[in-house]
Amino acid sequence: MSATTLPPASGPAPAAASGPAKDLRVAAALGRRRRAIALAVKAACYGATGIGLALLFSILGTLFWNGFAALDLKVFTEMTRPPGSGGGLLNPIIGSLIQTGIGTAIGTPIGLLVGTYLAEYSKASPLANAVRFVSDILLSAPSILIGLFVYQVLVVPFGGFSGWAGTAALAVIVIPIVVRTTEDMLRLLPDTLREAVIGLGAPKWKMVTLVCWRAAASGIVTGVLLAVARVAGETAPLLFTSLGNLNWSLSLAAPMSSLPVTIFAYAGSPYQDWIALAWAGALIITLGVLGLNIAARSLLRRK
Amino acid sequence: MSASMTTANTEAGLGTIQARSGAALNPARIAIRNLEFFYGANKALKGINLDLPDRQVTGMIGPSGCGKSTLLRILNRMYSLYPGQRATGEVLLDGKNILDSDVDMNALRSRIGMVFQKPTPFPMTIYENIAFGIRLHERLSKSQMDERIEWALTRAAIWGEVKDRLNSSAMGLSGGQQQRLCIARTIAVRPEVILLDEPTSALDPISTLKIEELIDELKQDFTIAIVTHNMQQAARCADQVAFFYLGELIEVAPAEEMFTAPKQKKTQEYITGRFG
Repeated sequence: MSATTLPPASGPAPAAASGPAKDLRVAAALGRRRRAIALAVKAACYGATGIGLALLFSILGTLFWNGFAALDLKVFTEMTRPPGSGGGLLNPIIGSLIQTGIGTAIGTPIGLLVGTYLAEYSKASPLANAVRFVSDILLSAPSILIGLFVYQVLVVPFGGFSGWAGTAALAVIVIPIVVRTTEDMLRLLPDTLREAVIGLGAPKWKMVTLVCWRAAASGIVTGVLLAVARVAGETAPLLFTSLGNLNWSLSLAAPMSSLPVTIFAYAGSPYQDWIALAWAGALIITLGVLGLNIAARSLLRRK
Repeated sequence: MSASMTTANTEAGLGTIQARSGAALNPARIAIRNLEFFYGANKALKGINLDLPDRQVTGMIGPSGCGKSTLLRILNRMYSLYPGQRATGEVLLDGKNILDSDVDMNALRSRIGMVFQKPTPFPMTIYENIAFGIRLHERLSKSQMDERIEWALTRAAIWGEVKDRLNSSAMGLSGGQQQRLCIARTIAVRPEVILLDEPTSALDPISTLKIEELIDELKQDFTIAIVTHNMQQAARCADQVAFFYLGELIEVAPAEEMFTAPKQKKTQEYITGRFG
């Protein structure tokens, strides 16, 4: 008998094979065990996914149910009013747009230049490593810390809460997000692209601004959009900085209203109409962030 | 060491490689003298002496890691981008040593252009790709710019394929087209010397053939150095061939001589495919 043919179940082992004969009953039992474990693992995965999705959808469902019920035109056209007298969320919406917009406008160029410094000018110097490390810490720092920091630096010395302070806090949150995505996206570019620009006799700053930024543009824009989505929903850094304002005010020197802080105040109140407005505000932020995320994803995919 | 000092190889008939029958070599456009190159403490090139004849093609061959690409990257000071890399000796262009520290590298690179192994189109339109290099060194009117761009694309044998879509992105071109676009971008700056670093190794045979024909065309105006792993390509394109091995220039000779009667045993073994 050749060594390559299968030995009979209970027969003697062929001379070429070592060890005892293969017992097909043991093999079958092991197979059953293996299939049982596979099934159990699969069930656990599906179960966990189900729990996660159920939680997520119950949150979203509750939000949509209560939010859409409270959402009407008045939310966008009327100011916040005392409880029991109706009103809308016009000043928090505008306040959020202003603070998010200016905060992003301040944080993005700084983040872009720091990320460019890390990727193009100083890849592995001690200073670059320190900057990268600090930026990463900032990225994961609790946002209430940033609010307290700005409170100490801008609110206390300048005599009060202000839209500028809120804007600054949001800018500080934007910076590390843009630093990380800018550096990552620039590092994805091949060195041959850089050499091709330099090889034409271009100075380095033109290589960076005219070619590298352009080549990495969709990724960098994605990072900025994700940063906007993040700060649009931030409450903690605004609590100690722009505080909130129940009156109409576009002045950045005065306390300024914002959606997250208004939601925080209204949702905890005992008044039914305020609670309904808090749901509407939460829905507006969620839909806005969802829209930005979809925009960011489609930009990244196009790349 | 000079190749001519060794005994001639008597073995005849090196087989199938057909080199172009050489006209005499022109006087040197670039003269390399006692060039040594270091990656940190690692010596990558040892005592290189080589002339690149004016408006002719010098093919550089040798196994991977022999220093031929390194030599190319010295000629336009590309290595200066990387700290820890340095060259000693002389590379004379019009009698001026381009390794000197006072050399204006941007001006140097406008005189010595380079095309890379992988096509490197910039993320902009075809027109802007060519205009980018020109704008670095010249101020042209719109009509002069259009004219120059048409000239460059025509010289790079790609005008017919792109003239109707100059304003669409260069990233949409095929690999072969992208490489010819890169050649157009390089010659649009009107350099004196063009360095080609394995320009066809990422391309299909048809595109390769087009670029080889192009090299033949371009040498009327430009001095060309081409690094290639392909012996047939060196034979088809080059007027002069230089063989490198382990950081040394083993032999340099007119192409015909190199492929029919190499003087060095090492050269003969390499071009007959016995190692490499």
